[in-house]
Amino acid sequence: MLKIDNISKTFNPGTVNEKAALTHLSLDLKDGDFATIVGSNGAGKSTMFNAIAGTFIVDEGNIYLDGEDITFKKEYVRSRVIGHLFQDPLKGTAPNMTIEENMALAFLRASHSSGKLFSRISSKDKARFREQLSLLNMGLEDRMKQPVGLLSGGQRQALTLLMATFVTPKLLLLDEHTAALDPATAEKVLELTKSIVKERGITCLMVTHNMHQALEVGNRTLMMNAGHIVFDTEGEERAALTVSDLLEKFKVGAGEELDNDRVLLS
Amino acid sequence: MSSIFTISIFQSALELGCIYALVALALFISFTILNIADLTTDGCFTLGCAVGAMVSLAGHPFLALVAAIASGAVAGFVTAFLQTKLGVESILAGIIVNTGLYTINIAVMGFSSIANLFGCDTLFSIGKDTLGNTVVGDWYKVIIVALIVVVVAVALWWFMGTTLGMSIRATGDNAEMVKSSSINPTFTITVGLCLANSLTGLSGALIAQYQKSADINIGTGMVTIALASLIIGQTLIGNKGSMARRIIGTILGSVLYRFIVAIALRLSVPAEALKLVSALIVAVAIAAPYFRKKLVLKKREFANYRGNAVRGGKEDA
Repeated sequence: MLKIDNISKTFNPGTVNEKAALTHLSLDLKDGDFATIVGSNGAGKSTMFNAIAGTFIVDEGNIYLDGEDITFKKEYVRSRVIGHLFQDPLKGTAPNMTIEENMALAFLRASHSSGKLFSRISSKDKARFREQLSLLNMGLEDRMKQPVGLLSGGQRQALTLLMATFVTPKLLLLDEHTAALDPATAEKVLELTKSIVKERGITCLMVTHNMHQALEVGNRTLMMNAGHIVFDTEGEERAALTVSDLLEKFKVGAGEELDNDRVLLS
Repeated sequence: MSSIFTISIFQSALELGCIYALVALALFISFTILNIADLTTDGCFTLGCAVGAMVSLAGHPFLALVAAIASGAVAGFVTAFLQTKLGVESILAGIIVNTGLYTINIAVMGFSSIANLFGCDTLFSIGKDTLGNTVVGDWYKVIIVALIVVVVAVALWWFMGTTLGMSIRATGDNAEMVKSSSINPTFTITVGLCLANSLTGLSGALIAQYQKSADINIGTGMVTIALASLIIGQTLIGNKGSMARRIIGTILGSVLYRFIVAIALRLSVPAEALKLVSALIVAVAIAAPYFRKKLVLKKREFANYRGNAVRGGKEDA
């Protein structure tokens, strides 16, 4: 499904701020894989997501999605088939537009004929949006005319998730998408994520700093350090892993003592 | 004071308010919706004026409006091209196009800085011939411009609800979200700026026909005036309402601005001082909401201070 072949990216080359964010990273994701990714801050997790989503073009290497080389495709073109959620729940929605208008924009992915440019939101669309929103159990289906800016962070993130998967994407990138939410809401959004991903069989990558989550959610766990993947486990080996094993791997993989509070505490 | 407001002043303020409302709507699109400070406006207004005047002089008063709309759209396209394809900062892109347009505008007017439309057919002379002798009387100009503004406003409202219109609004609202929603921001910015500047061009052509002349400096300060109208409208109606409300607010703002100018003129403010008055109005209109907020806070602070003093005094006693 997703094949990353030896990609590298260096930011600010030739300056004092030079940072090799991705170093010869390769990854092969099978159709329907749901992989969690752990790694300390600066390991390159978000950078890898941005490389896949097309925020920047990688310096070397290639990225293939569903057999198609997307290395030089523009971000807005890739986003037709790639959903991307960020830690910041404000990033994925337009605050001054209503819920139904945001949904309509998300629905654009499905209809890319230019004839649709001048169509307005129909009652059929509204019924479809309402049905989707009711799945969230947040009462949003009765607030469709309200601007998204009035929603709470959790509601906005749930809406963003719905919008990203409204038209089933080939690949879903979740960049710590529950990290900024309170524990109860985070749990709810995560449950929602799991059920949507499972139901539609979406291939998915999820960054998390929660070691339990990293082992329990999905079918595969990846660990990143210094811009590439240092540990990759699935199946029985993964099932046998405990959090302390994973932390141990963290040390070995990183080749240094753990000094990251966030990792230790979770 | 009753002499301050004669019917004819009321009329001309209404007429000018409606015509300039198109520029205010243009800024509503670029400044409020797209969140881009588009400084093409001044030059683009003159361009519409020049093109409108020359095509009217050639005997096509209706085609003049269409030509002005098209020329405005081209100017908007160039600005959009500079900022989306060539990486020029948006404000700079507008200034560059604005500067270049000066030469183009002079060229359009046959390398003269003034074009005269006396004796040639305009929308208003045709309107006078057909409507002037009916019950409408000398309100025919108001009817013509109001009709145009209503048509433009309804079309704009409709457009902003379409898929393309929503994409443009989202581009100004959350650019990051737009890219990850499969919308091409280059396309939406281009369409938005073309649309905005075509309205500015139309307004220019209407002014040329209205005052039967065009001159090279007519657009100077237009962006400030339109901004003033826009902000007056926002202060009146609020910026957060529905699209229809905001469009109506912008038009009302423009009309109100013309009333303020008319009153200023009646109070014998010299015509040369009008730009200064405009600048003052803009500054006041922008500062007013902020000042009001601060005032409320100061009041609370003062009340709190007094309350403390009273309580403290009692304890002492």
